[in-house]
Amino acid sequence: MSTTVSQLDKVKDGPWGGGKSPWNLEYGKIMMWFFLVSDAFTFSAFLIYYGAQKFAQPSWIDADKVFQSIPGIAESGQPLVFVGIMTFILIMSSVTMVLAVEAGHRNSKHEVVKWMLWTILGGLCFIGCQAIEWSHLHHQGFWFGRNPATGLTDTDAIVNALQPYFTKEISYTAALQFSNLFFTITGFHGFHVSIGILLNIIVLSMTLNNTFERRGTYLMVEKVGLYWHFVDLVWVFVFTFFYLI
Amino acid sequence: MSNHDHIAAHDAHAHGEGMDKKRIWSVFFVLLALTALEFLIALGFVHHWGILQKGTLVNVIYIILTLVKAFYIVAFFMHLKFEKSSFIVCCSVVFLFIIYFIILLLVEGDFLHGAMTHQPLFPHK
Repeated sequence: MSTTVSQLDKVKDGPWGGGKSPWNLEYGKIMMWFFLVSDAFTFSAFLIYYGAQKFAQPSWIDADKVFQSIPGIAESGQPLVFVGIMTFILIMSSVTMVLAVEAGHRNSKHEVVKWMLWTILGGLCFIGCQAIEWSHLHHQGFWFGRNPATGLTDTDAIVNALQPYFTKEISYTAALQFSNLFFTITGFHGFHVSIGILLNIIVLSMTLNNTFERRGTYLMVEKVGLYWHFVDLVWVFVFTFFYLI
Repeated sequence: MSNHDHIAAHDAHAHGEGMDKKRIWSVFFVLLALTALEFLIALGFVHHWGILQKGTLVNVIYIILTLVKAFYIVAFFMHLKFEKSSFIVCCSVVFLFIIYFIILLLVEGDFLHGAMTHQPLFPHK
C-alpha cells in the first residue's frame, strides 16, 4: 500500500477550494454590490440615451439658460450655483455616511447615530432642493411630455416661448426631449435618494434599538452605505451630463 | 451560522484598516477640489472670462474629471479598492458592455443627426 496522495485526492486550499468565502465578504454585501451594478446599468442606459439624443438633434437646449436661478436669491443669471449647492450637500452626506461606517467598525454606537442623523439630514436637504428645482421648471412650462411651447400653434408664439432657452437655432423636439429626459432621469435619481433616506432611517432605528450591538457587527450600516454612495455617484454623472455639458 | 459570523467579523476587521478618518477627509477634499475645478472651468473660463469655448475640448475635460471623481467614490468610499482583486474584476469588467453601448448609440445618433438635418422637424410638430 502506497502512502503517496495522488494529484486528484489532494485537499485544495486555494481561495476557491470551498469551505470559506473566496472574497471574504458577507453574502448580503456581495448581493448589494451586484444590485448596484445592475442599477448602474439602468442609469447608464438613461444617460446614454440622453447623450445620443443630444448628439442626434440638430440643435439642443442651453442648460445655462434653463438652470440659472437661485431660489430666494436670484431669479436669473446665475447658472450652476444652485446645482453646485446640491452637489455639495450630496457629497457631504456621502462623507458623513462613510464616517458612520467607520464609527461602526469601532462599535461606537453614539457616533454611528450622530453620523447617520447628519446623513439623513443631507439627504432630506437634497430632496428639498430637487423639489424646488422641479417646481421652478414646471412653472416655466417644462414637464413630462411638454415644454413651454406646448399647445401653441402660431409659429411666432412658439419661437417666443422657446427663444429664452436656446443659444443655437430653436427646436421644439429638442426642448421636448430635454424636458422628458430631465424629469425622468432626475426623477429616477430622486426616487433612489428617497429610498436611501428610508433605508438610512431604518438602519438608524435599528442602531438605536441596539440590534447591531447585540449582533456584534455594524455590517448593515456598511451595506446601506454602499447604496448611499452609489446615489452620490449617479448624481456626479447626472450633474456633468445635464448641467455642465 | 458560525461561518457567517466569522466572515462578518473578519470583513469588518479587514476594512477597518482601509479607511480611517484622516483618509476619509482627504478623499473628501479631492472630490471637493475636482468639483471646484469643474466650476472654475464652467463659470470662470467659459462663462466669465471666455478663455475657453463650449465644445468638445471642454466636454472631454468634464468627462475625465467626472470619471476621476467616480473612481474616488467607488474605490475609497465604497471600499472597492480594498476588496479581493477577483471581486473588483467581477464588479467592473461588465462595464465593457456600457462602453460598447455608448459607441453603439453614438453611431446611431450620428445617423439620426444626418437624417434630422436633412428633414428638419421645426416648425412642423
